[in-house]
Amino acid sequence: MEEPGQLLLALCLLVPFSGALLALFVPVGWKNEVGLVISLLLLGIIFGLTAGVMGGGTVHLQLGGWEPPLGIGLRADGLAMVFLLFGALVGVPVGIYAAWWYSRKDEGKRATELFWPLWLFLWGAMNGLFLSVDLFNWYVLLEVLGLAAVGLAVLSGQTKALIAGLRYLLAALVGSMAYLMGVALLYASYGVLDAGLLGEAMRGGGTDQVAFALMMVGLLIKTALLPFHFWLPGAHSAATPPVSAILSALVVKASFYLILRLWVDVFGETVTYAAGQMIGWLGAVAIVWGSYQALRQDRLKRMVAHSTVSQIGYLFLLFPLLTAPGAEAWSAQAWTGGVFQVLAHGLAKAALFLAVGIIVLAMGNDRKDSLLNMVGRMPMTTFALALAGVSLIGLPPSGGFIAKWMFLEASLASGQWWWAPMMVGGSLLTAGYIFMVLRIAFAPAPKKKKLRRVPPALELTALGLAVMALLIGVWAEEVLPLLDVGMTGEFEPIIGKGGGGH
Amino acid sequence: MENTWLLPLIVGSSLVPGVLIFFLREEQTVWRTSLNLFGALLKVFLVGVVLVGYFRGEIYAFRYELGVGLELYLRVDALALLFATLSSILWLVTTLYAIGYLEGTPYRRRFFGFFSLCVTASTGIALAGNVVTFFIFYEFLTLATYPLVVHKGTEQALQAGRTYLCYTIGGGTVLFVGVVWLHVLVGAVDFGDTGRLASLVEDQGGQIFLLFWVLILGLGVKAALFPLHGWLPVAMVAPAPVSALLHAVAVVKAGVFGIFRVVYDVFGVQMAEDLGVLLPLAVLAAITIIYGSLRALAQDDLKRRLAYSTVSQLSYITLGVASSSMLASVGALVHMVNQGVMKITLFFCAGIIIEVLGLLKVSQMAGIGRRLPLTMTAFTIGALGMIGLPPIAGFISKWYLGLGGLEAGHAWIIVILLTSSALNAAYFLPILHTVWFETPEEKWVTKRRSRYFEAPWTLLFPALVTALIAVVLGLFAAGPYSILELSKAIAGGWYSR
Repeated sequence: MEEPGQLLLALCLLVPFSGALLALFVPVGWKNEVGLVISLLLLGIIFGLTAGVMGGGTVHLQLGGWEPPLGIGLRADGLAMVFLLFGALVGVPVGIYAAWWYSRKDEGKRATELFWPLWLFLWGAMNGLFLSVDLFNWYVLLEVLGLAAVGLAVLSGQTKALIAGLRYLLAALVGSMAYLMGVALLYASYGVLDAGLLGEAMRGGGTDQVAFALMMVGLLIKTALLPFHFWLPGAHSAATPPVSAILSALVVKASFYLILRLWVDVFGETVTYAAGQMIGWLGAVAIVWGSYQALRQDRLKRMVAHSTVSQIGYLFLLFPLLTAPGAEAWSAQAWTGGVFQVLAHGLAKAALFLAVGIIVLAMGNDRKDSLLNMVGRMPMTTFALALAGVSLIGLPPSGGFIAKWMFLEASLASGQWWWAPMMVGGSLLTAGYIFMVLRIAFAPAPKKKKLRRVPPALELTALGLAVMALLIGVWAEEVLPLLDVGMTGEFEPIIGKGGGGH
Repeated sequence: MENTWLLPLIVGSSLVPGVLIFFLREEQTVWRTSLNLFGALLKVFLVGVVLVGYFRGEIYAFRYELGVGLELYLRVDALALLFATLSSILWLVTTLYAIGYLEGTPYRRRFFGFFSLCVTASTGIALAGNVVTFFIFYEFLTLATYPLVVHKGTEQALQAGRTYLCYTIGGGTVLFVGVVWLHVLVGAVDFGDTGRLASLVEDQGGQIFLLFWVLILGLGVKAALFPLHGWLPVAMVAPAPVSALLHAVAVVKAGVFGIFRVVYDVFGVQMAEDLGVLLPLAVLAAITIIYGSLRALAQDDLKRRLAYSTVSQLSYITLGVASSSMLASVGALVHMVNQGVMKITLFFCAGIIIEVLGLLKVSQMAGIGRRLPLTMTAFTIGALGMIGLPPIAGFISKWYLGLGGLEAGHAWIIVILLTSSALNAAYFLPILHTVWFETPEEKWVTKRRSRYFEAPWTLLFPALVTALIAVVLGLFAAGPYSILELSKAIAGGWYSR
């Protein structure tokens, strides 16, 4: 380790994994303390690394000192840092919330014991995924991430959660398998697994396309893009609120990150205009279908889970915009849109799940009518709900607004006007379910049902996340330069080599 | 020297109190009231400072980069000043009125918090220097107003809130598409810089024509253009101070102000004429004027009648914008101010009648002039002004609108104005007759007593002040530094471009 940057990079993996082990073996009374200290430490490390990357450019680290293709490399460039930072910004408040949630008496003993080890493990795998540049490493980490996520999803031990968890597990395994087959095909043809080397070696033949298709399908299952979303609403709504927040805000974004990396770094030659359009259409249909389903739910958690399906759809509008001829002209807009959609949705969705959790705590269930007169009784949580909703709808000045603006601008500029009605329609439907809920919150409650007391600190975590979702819109100018680090020149040649349909 | 900090401070003078109010406890009335009044006074003062500075030739501008090509840009031009002055002064009186009106009711923290945010949004709209900034505050206004509309929490209020959101979010979305489209065509341009769009007309005339209508469609919802006006009469279920603010300066004026900006500062009057979009807009406005008046005739509920009157009166402004004549533009600008002042007076009075006597319907108001002489005097001034009787302010606007119609060669505008004035008289004069000359049928129940006046002074005083302003605006219309002079300067700028 010659530089501090490299040390921090290694710590991004080392700290959560060793923290997970520590959290597994300390006595129950100490788990929260250990978990929170590790979380804050990790946040600090990631801040440090971000500063390093912003100042000094991409940080590389060769584990064991071997150069690829022999050794395993880690790389922190701008995109990776944005995702790392995002993970920590969501992870810390959710951790604080969870610490309180799992120390309640009525939560099962096993859940209390296992939350921190599983979550830190998941966090470590996620960080590893963001920092790796090797296709096989990605597979391993993806598997670890998936298993930890399933573990968290079934923590509550309820039958509903177990059934949903089993589905989730199957989907995760099938997804990983498909991905692994794609990797195997590529390894057989090129003999390398490093993303950069592979990208250079790609010739763009039939094998590449089959591998590409396999890997995409695998990752799309994990990202729950329609029509592969079948497992998500169940798994995300049956879990406990802090876990739902982690699953919805972070876990699906990890596989999305891989899609992004593969699309840009590895398959630059293979991706075509048609592939971009196809994946874009899946996204567009997901936007509308997901929000329509959310509108129809009468349980808050299910509503929020369906909303994730819709918001994930927006992410995939990035690809048709990047693969249209002449993409350089608006690629900056498209990238900004994509990254802001990840950030804004993650923060807002976490806030929403935490807020719904608070309502469940106070009222005992998550039926929509438990929201009656919430504006008067729990203004802070309702406010969090509303702010998160504003960001999901994409109203200014939230992060969601920046995302939707950029996507819309890029689609109009590229002449792909057909994304506009899908985006706008999705926004309107989103406004529909958000305001339907808020309307209930303004209505008077029929009889004075006693609320169970919820500590203000818990309400603050939800509000904090919602405020962050709102404020990243204002901080865009600070976030964007980070994205440029190590990215220039890599996504420019994306079209022109392979474009023009099959 | 450019002054960069004063404009954010003006926006902040209501934003900060608004946010702070949310952190107060419900029962901290004194703190809340002080914060509110302090913010309102500070805003009036700061706007005054900028007003003086502007005429001395100082430049006020504030820029903040939001991201790829998006910029938050606040700046002052004469139109911005006109609107900012109007909203800051009316906010001050409305704040006082609202404090009195809501005394002793629950959830005042929420109310006053959002009330301040609402005014923040309208100030932002006034000071916006480009479309992005305008759009951000325009949407912010929608959100800040919703809790005020549903404040009472009754089924009717919730239903009204829903209608309000359906219209405004729908309109906002259309506007969003329009604004992004504009951005794609010309990039980040400031208001007033019409050159780049003009250079595209030759090649992309069709697209620009469509863009104009998309923008107007988006703005038309808040400007209550027929057939997009449906939310306005419904939203009057909100508490009276909210209706007053909504109908005078906040929401509807945001729409109209946007139309000003789009026609004059994005397209420019020359291009708009070349595209042939102004005449259809004028016709649409004329239809709205007559339609609103006709609907107002049929309403017995006073606030509903006033609401339909707003629909009609707002379109005077749009009509003036679309008449493609400088004098009509002057009329539109003057009416933006005058309508605000007169309509706020009328709503203040309607609110006093509700609060003090509990009467909602015109048919119940026989003879209340005896019980509420000052209130009904203020009401009468407002109503006569709306009809266009000199020397009250409304006359000035109608005069210039009519002159403008003649100047542009649209004699039919005169016919519309005369018909509408007749209709205004037809729905306002019977109210005046009822309250002054009919004898009361039963004894009134006094809901709220006041020791010294006919109504609590916090309610009465604002109504009298705005009525007085309406008279002063009419009497001294031709004086130096008057609204009329300012409007002439603004319109002159547009037509010399």
